[in-house]
Amino acid sequence: MEKLQCTCGHINPPGTILCESCGRSLTKEEQNKKLVDMRYEGTARRSQTYNKSIIDKIWNFFSSVKVGVGIIVVLLVAAAIGTILPQAQYVNVPVRNEATIKAYYADVYGEIGKLYHFLGFHDLYGSIWFIVLVGMLAISLIVASLDRFVPLYRSLKNQRVLRHKSFMNKQRIYAEGAAPEDTLQKAEQKLKELKYNVTLDKNGLLAEKGRFSRWGPYVNHIGLIIFLFGVMLRMIPGFYVDETLWIREGETRAIPEAPGYFLESEKFTFETYTGEGEEEKFGEAIERVGSVAKNYQTDVVLYQTPEQSLPGATDEMERVKEEGIQVNQPLKFDGYAVYQMDFKLNELRAMTFDLTNKASDESLGTFTVDLVKPEKSYDLGNGAKVDLLGYYPDFSGFENGEPKTATPVPNNPGFLVRMFTPETPEGEVSFIVIQNTIEPLGENQYKLTFQGAETRNVSGLTIRKDKTLPILGLGGLIFMIGVAQGMYFNHRRFWIQQQDNGVVLLAGHTNKNWFGLKKDLDQVSEFASLPPYTDQQEEIEKLEKLKKEQRMEGDEVS
Amino acid sequence: MTEQNTKKTNKKRNRAIMRSAILSLLVLAIGYTIYNSVTADDVEVLKVGDQAPDFALQDMEGVPHKLSDYQGEGVFLNFWGTWCAPCVKEMPAMDRQFKEFEEQGVNVLAVNIAQSDFEVQSFVDRLGLSFPVAIDKSKSVMTAYNIRPLPTTVLVNPEGEIQRIVTGEMTEEDIRGFMEEIRPQ
Repeated sequence: MEKLQCTCGHINPPGTILCESCGRSLTKEEQNKKLVDMRYEGTARRSQTYNKSIIDKIWNFFSSVKVGVGIIVVLLVAAAIGTILPQAQYVNVPVRNEATIKAYYADVYGEIGKLYHFLGFHDLYGSIWFIVLVGMLAISLIVASLDRFVPLYRSLKNQRVLRHKSFMNKQRIYAEGAAPEDTLQKAEQKLKELKYNVTLDKNGLLAEKGRFSRWGPYVNHIGLIIFLFGVMLRMIPGFYVDETLWIREGETRAIPEAPGYFLESEKFTFETYTGEGEEEKFGEAIERVGSVAKNYQTDVVLYQTPEQSLPGATDEMERVKEEGIQVNQPLKFDGYAVYQMDFKLNELRAMTFDLTNKASDESLGTFTVDLVKPEKSYDLGNGAKVDLLGYYPDFSGFENGEPKTATPVPNNPGFLVRMFTPETPEGEVSFIVIQNTIEPLGENQYKLTFQGAETRNVSGLTIRKDKTLPILGLGGLIFMIGVAQGMYFNHRRFWIQQQDNGVVLLAGHTNKNWFGLKKDLDQVSEFASLPPYTDQQEEIEKLEKLKKEQRMEGDEVS
Repeated sequence: MTEQNTKKTNKKRNRAIMRSAILSLLVLAIGYTIYNSVTADDVEVLKVGDQAPDFALQDMEGVPHKLSDYQGEGVFLNFWGTWCAPCVKEMPAMDRQFKEFEEQGVNVLAVNIAQSDFEVQSFVDRLGLSFPVAIDKSKSVMTAYNIRPLPTTVLVNPEGEIQRIVTGEMTEEDIRGFMEEIRPQ
């Protein structure tokens, strides 16, 4: 493309719509318009002008607002589809890995689920194509902003006071007519009073106010970019932690993603309102729904191992603090927060058995198996003892005659025991699960009867750390500043020229709030006796309305 | 005229450099994000080639094992539980291969995930395992290695670096090959 020389002699970059110097329309299309297009001051959007190398072509692609809007639409549609089936993190599978999650979608949702998983909708924010799209949005924001900001900034910085008549009379606010000789001075005085920046050149005047409002969109794009940068950091290890820790009463566990820290659960409490005394106001609700939760609380002790201590070595742990974690009252330490999220009540902890003679029902004594620490042998005295041969916390059946456990959790404990009594010194083998006893080696004389159980509660805690919050906050703040800058402030300009024949030309422009502009102009007009102005946009609209009405009348007649 | 031309080409070249720089920077950022998101799923902190985190555990006989003590030798670190069928299945093969490679500077340490002494001891006795077995009571070694599925085997080479991370069941040939990989030369 060639550079464009305006009739005023100024050489403009290719693609310019309005001459940078005098404001004449440079294209045929623009010349035929009744009003000039003042977006970007009629400058050449840089990317439209060069279309040569591959880099330029990629650049131009991202510079397009249409492409940017397209990306946003695709992202919105994808995010919407991502809400139709549950995301992988909320899917409940017994053993969590890629294969089981894939199978879950196929089993529960059929072909649609398969496709959903295949396309990566099950983990939308982690899908490569989604990340690529967000990245493309970031590129689009940066490229499109640069391409528009740079020429606009240059153009506004170098604007001339004297513009060609064809520029002025195509502005929305325009006036032409006789005026007194001192009108320019008086207009200058009044405009300055209204806080305009006034520049004079020969017989012309340019008054300008609130130019910074034009940078609003670019400022808010910077905010968005910072925000996206913060979101990107979340994917980098160390910046963002969101882990779950299931901990039973009495257990001490390493806190995931918090090296050197350990948590011990002393007690989990689940309280409901009684509906009596001071809590009477809950009575009605309790009657209706059965029970109303009052408190979920895990009493914990936080430990820390010394700096040089290694994972696995817990003997040098130091008590840091004790705290009761309640809903929305997390335990906080070293940038981490531990929240009360979930619980399981009454998991088996210990079971008590009675060794009895089947025939006489005579008891030889009781013993308790601590499921956390089962022992090899339980001596009941008087020559009776029970050896524990195997413990299967979550008994799931036999495989090749061998008892199996499905999980390490005591959901369905099974015990393989050998019972010794003075009567049976060789011992009798028995396999016991809840409400069932198997005697694999033939009929026994003795049996174990279940006496009772102790239980404990399990707390589901969430460990959170987010180092990206300040960055996200900053991004959000800058975004809001940009929005306010562009929305609540306007860039207002007036051009006034006094021609040799005494006729005064006046044009006005603002990027928004034409009402405010007119109010300013009314004050200046009155004070400086300027010719009356017209709002050409309104004129055009009126004319079109009139034409339409006429056409309709014509239709009726025919 | 020539001066103007050189000015023009200079300007063009600068623009090309500028645009390439901005675009490649952004593409790099996207690539890095994707890389992180993909690797985050398996092992968040550990990657092949990283120094294997040191730890200290006592085995069932009460013998302390510190990873850094095995510098110069290979360590076959197997995380397991009695409820995990593939873990149980691969144990005998591990034991056979351990006996082959023991003399050649390959150590096996089986780390149980927080089960009771009784369960682990009776399991070891039943299978007659000859390599040391330790229990990670507080799950802190598991956390340090970010172990998710079981079994997971972390192969540590004589330099103390992670040679390979294997998730899922291994065949005897696999185990043999892996031990070969971490055998000191």
